Amino acid sequence: MTHLVLVGTSHHHAPVELRERVALDRDAAAALAVRLADGGHEAVVLSTCNRTELYLAYENADAAVSDGVAALAELEPDVEPALYRLRDEAAGLHLFRVAAGLDSLVPGEGEILGQVRAAYEAGTTGPLLDRLFRQALHAGRKVRAQTAIAESPASVSSAAAALAEQVFGDLAGRSILVVGAGKISGQAARNLVSRDAEVAFVANRSVERGAELASSFDAEAVPLERIGEELVKADVVVSSTSAPGYVLDAATVAEAMRERRGRQLLLIDLAVPRDLDPAIHDLDGCYLYDIDDLESIVAETLVGRRREAERAETMVAAEAQKFHEWHASLDVVPAIASLRARAEEIRAAELRKADALLERLDDSQRRAVEAITAQIVNKLLHLPTVRMKEAAAAADGVVYAEAVRHLFGLGEDER
Amino acid sequence: MAELLFWPALLCYGEAAVGFVGEARRPGSAGSFATWGVRAGWLAQTALLIAQAARQDGFPWGTWAGSLNLFVWLVVTAYLVWGCRRSFRLLGLAVMPFAVVLLVVARAGGGIGTAPSRYSTAFLVLHVGLVLAAFAGFTLAAALSALYLWQERRLKRRTATILRRPLPSLATLDSLAVRVVAISVPALTLGLAVGLVRLVSDSDRIDALVVATLAAWAVWAAYLVLRSAYGWAGRRAAYLALAGFALVVVIRLALPATHFA
Repeated sequence: MTHLVLVGTSHHHAPVELRERVALDRDAAAALAVRLADGGHEAVVLSTCNRTELYLAYENADAAVSDGVAALAELEPDVEPALYRLRDEAAGLHLFRVAAGLDSLVPGEGEILGQVRAAYEAGTTGPLLDRLFRQALHAGRKVRAQTAIAESPASVSSAAAALAEQVFGDLAGRSILVVGAGKISGQAARNLVSRDAEVAFVANRSVERGAELASSFDAEAVPLERIGEELVKADVVVSSTSAPGYVLDAATVAEAMRERRGRQLLLIDLAVPRDLDPAIHDLDGCYLYDIDDLESIVAETLVGRRREAERAETMVAAEAQKFHEWHASLDVVPAIASLRARAEEIRAAELRKADALLERLDDSQRRAVEAITAQIVNKLLHLPTVRMKEAAAAADGVVYAEAVRHLFGLGEDER
Repeated sequence: MAELLFWPALLCYGEAAVGFVGEARRPGSAGSFATWGVRAGWLAQTALLIAQAARQDGFPWGTWAGSLNLFVWLVVTAYLVWGCRRSFRLLGLAVMPFAVVLLVVARAGGGIGTAPSRYSTAFLVLHVGLVLAAFAGFTLAAALSALYLWQERRLKRRTATILRRPLPSLATLDSLAVRVVAISVPALTLGLAVGLVRLVSDSDRIDALVVATLAAWAVWAAYLVLRSAYGWAGRRAAYLALAGFALVVVIRLALPATHFA
């Protein structure tokens, strides 16, 4: 029987300094998979910033473990104590959990599913790993479709973007005013842009520095003093400067709101100390969220993700069980095939013996006899086949297979 | 016999109303059951209306109770345009309990008229049909506005759970409400005009219902004018829509006898 073996390490077992030394890019991962699969084995290398894992299908599980450990130790000798080694059912379940995002830092994060698919495509697969990865990818998609695990934002900037959608719906064509040219406001703006919003203006104390960020968004750089004017055109304001006081007060926003004719304005203040006057939130049509508000939203959504993760675990376990049953059934497949072949052999021989009698029948009668005898064989073997597969799933497969071989004398002719 | 269809319609609408309450408390499968309840109830009520029209061979909803029955069907029909989308499910929380109450009131009020109306079917379709369609639109606009105020309140309170329950965005609710009103006001205008022409030609007197309907028309027309000319939007517009809806409720429930007597 072909065994499934997993050797690897992840953020649960190794710090980043160690993980980065065993991390592989796509080409290196594919090359390692080819090397490990040499000799008729199967291998897939999954390497992300949080994990490097080798999935191996070998006839000899011990050899697979030692090959896997050696391959990773070759990259970094110190990694060995941080490696986990899982076999068959446990290894399968692990990949299903990984694909569903249940083993990730943020439960349900979406990137891992694409990374698992890429690893599968770059791997050297055969019947076992093919089936394992296809089922794991299916389970990952199912979990995301049938639970809310991936629906809520997991970072402050994605929470800001989700809030913008609560105010404006589709963000296509909505314009953003970025205040401050730092990394934080840029990141939040990028998240909004990924949902089709457009950065129209970047306001910064130093216009030159603002122009750098503005050029990356194809936006206009303006001095801080012009914020009031641009507020009339913007839908979302993202602010993160190092100014000691407010860069935007309620009176300026109130004036802009009069010209906006009731259009809503969402203001995201990511700065500490705060950039935006809290009194802005009291103005009609203005919604101001500071870093604490966003962090509490993220914390709440993470609680929600964990709650959904419990549902997802049940779904993943069921999917992994299906794979396990299929894998275990491989134990008894040769015995079932031999049993059916023996039965067919007997049926054909008995029909040949009755040839003289059957000659008196016409074609349709002969076909009916063929069909009836085949049906009798099938019906007789159906239950033993099902029972053997069930026994295989319950780990008794080998015993049953041996019993069947013994009772029906399968394989004795070859001896 | 066809009147028995009232019961499955009421049962399904009732189930939907309860389902939407469950969905509001804990988002999940309750909303899905509620949406199916609305669909099934709508089908039953549609069958009921078809049977009533076939039996009467004309427009049988000229009575106060009959018009209420038709009004409920129009409201639910308008709701179903958006209500099946997940983010709009909670609109049902505003619409379905109202629909259930009105359906029961319509039944208690005697259902449809059995005697042929003194008015022609064409007049009834134009006058009663258009006015009721407009009122159904205003009801939906009011529900959208109520949902707007709820969503706005959540955003103003900066509730940490705001992203847990999907609601339509403020901009979507606002623009849908104004679009529904923009269709409903011309319908009401035409329906009123037809009624007034008949009133003058029959030398009838203007009753309280006509006055209240004209007042409702004024409020909803003002809603459109204030939005387009003076930039009223958001919270103020939502409150105005609710005020307009209050007049619709008065017209539909408090002033029945004077007009249909």
